[in-house]
Amino acid sequence: MNPVPDILRILPEVILTLTGVAVMLIDASLPPGFPRRYLGMAAAVGTTLALWASVGQLYFPQGTGFFGTVETSAFTIFFHVLICGIVLVALLLSLDTLPEDSHHQGEFYALIVFGAVGMCLLTGAVELLVVFIALEISSISTYILAGYRKNTGSGPEAAIKYFLLGSFATAFLLYGVALIFGATGTTQIYEIAHLAPTAQNHSFVLAGLALMLVGILFKVSAAPFHVWTPDVYEGAPSPVVALLSTAPKAAAFALLLRVVYEMFPSLHSLWSPLLWIVAVLSMTVGNLAALRQQNVKRMLAYSSIAHAGYLLAAFAGLGTSGIAAASFYAAAYAAMNVGIFAVITLVSGYDEKLPLIDDFRGLIYRSPLLGSLLIFFLVSLVGIPFTGGFFGKFYSFSAAVGGGAVWLAIIGLLNSGLAAAYYLRLALAAAQRPEKKNAEAAIPAPQVGIAVGAALLLAVAATLVLGIVPNEVLRAAEAGAHTLQEPPAQVNAPGFSVAQEPKP
Amino acid sequence: MSSFFSQEIPISWYLLLSAVLFSLGVAGFLIKRNLITVFMSIELMLNAVNLSFVTFAHQWHAVKGQIFVLFVMVVAAAEAAVGLAIIIAVFRARATLAVDRIDLMKL
Repeated sequence: MNPVPDILRILPEVILTLTGVAVMLIDASLPPGFPRRYLGMAAAVGTTLALWASVGQLYFPQGTGFFGTVETSAFTIFFHVLICGIVLVALLLSLDTLPEDSHHQGEFYALIVFGAVGMCLLTGAVELLVVFIALEISSISTYILAGYRKNTGSGPEAAIKYFLLGSFATAFLLYGVALIFGATGTTQIYEIAHLAPTAQNHSFVLAGLALMLVGILFKVSAAPFHVWTPDVYEGAPSPVVALLSTAPKAAAFALLLRVVYEMFPSLHSLWSPLLWIVAVLSMTVGNLAALRQQNVKRMLAYSSIAHAGYLLAAFAGLGTSGIAAASFYAAAYAAMNVGIFAVITLVSGYDEKLPLIDDFRGLIYRSPLLGSLLIFFLVSLVGIPFTGGFFGKFYSFSAAVGGGAVWLAIIGLLNSGLAAAYYLRLALAAAQRPEKKNAEAAIPAPQVGIAVGAALLLAVAATLVLGIVPNEVLRAAEAGAHTLQEPPAQVNAPGFSVAQEPKP
Repeated sequence: MSSFFSQEIPISWYLLLSAVLFSLGVAGFLIKRNLITVFMSIELMLNAVNLSFVTFAHQWHAVKGQIFVLFVMVVAAAEAAVGLAIIIAVFRARATLAVDRIDLMKL
């Protein structure tokens, strides 16, 4: 008998869903002139509650609920807290930066919260049907958010590119699921892990895994599947990019960890070299392309591809150390990336009148606070000690070395050096004294409101905590890694698991 | 004659058809130059997967596969609603549906 009520297993998702529905309904019933900012505040409160609920899940026993379809464990809680944190920062950032007269502001907040539901559910799902639905909930919400500035030329273009390539990838993932179902007769992840090594149709399992990897690698924008990233990041509003570049990726990496380490540890010899190649490609392609970008958001889009590569390097690690390093990197990357996009939102403005690296010249003189924050986050992205970025790379590459992939770590280190070139270019531009002729009056200093201030504070605090006392976070990530390594042997799924021998 | 029709079609035929439909969808996605057609290619891929699910569900006598198909259809419908809305937004902004001309941002 399951001692924990099923509903508690998805408590954060329930809270987020109720918040999203409430925000959407209230938005529809409010008079047109009413300030929609309050809805954003309500969404932020709901997200904070969900974050608390995730932490609260630590206090009851780990296990599965709803007929073995969702799981709560240290692993899911780690990613729930991470995703809720990112969403909270993105909401706070939007509160101050969305123009008051922008259309459908209430829907904007509701969609962010609905996206969070999907991402949270994705990390907790242990049944491929739930994985698919969660992935689509998060994807469909983010497709709309990417095209939020629909009156510009690039807004709908970003949305359509994201939508088409995202659905294309989902179809691959789904075909992979179908083939795995065909080989094993089940879609429950523990059962698949149990049945896959002895499946009669082993070629179906291999093809299924390969297709699923294609779908997931699209979502994390790893190298051969990354083409959508720069365009989407450029066209989408900056607060949305702060979310897009971190939260769905963290969720997709959680899914990737689950698929390779929990579902197919038996196929290590297949996915390990594949991910090695993808990691090297992502780092190299991302960094080389980022070097020649003039638009800051495009540059950071390529940098996020490179960071996906550094994170994938952790997958070369053995079991626990690899999973823990990947989880830690996801957190470190999220903290610094959300932070830098918050700064960019404030500097470039919602309309993005100042999108180029040259526009950031002399930022530190225009706004000392934003300038130093920008440099701080860039330093973390480079991976300099006492920032989260350093320990993220450190753990990731040491996991790779521990797993015997010494060359991967060397290529990663070389790439980090290459990446420093373009990060420092932006940092130097921000620190440069502006020329006299375009005086400060030409570009007004951006205002930092209370909500944005809180968002920036959270991002800075997270980056510093991960850089100065990384052990606590790493321990949480390791606890998650252990739960992923030792799934419960028995799943009580009465009446749902009806797999039998196939007909002769 | 009657024995010919009473024979069951082998499972592999369905799977082959599904694979062919999926490949056609991929080819359409890569080749076609109209947004609506590209979108239809994705729907074709999803339905090819559905065929696979139904076939495997039959093979394993597992209801799970058929439930999966229902969910895929629901999600595909939701996706179509959003996708077509985005296509309309693109058309309003650019007055074209040609993939080649939606190139404000260069790759």
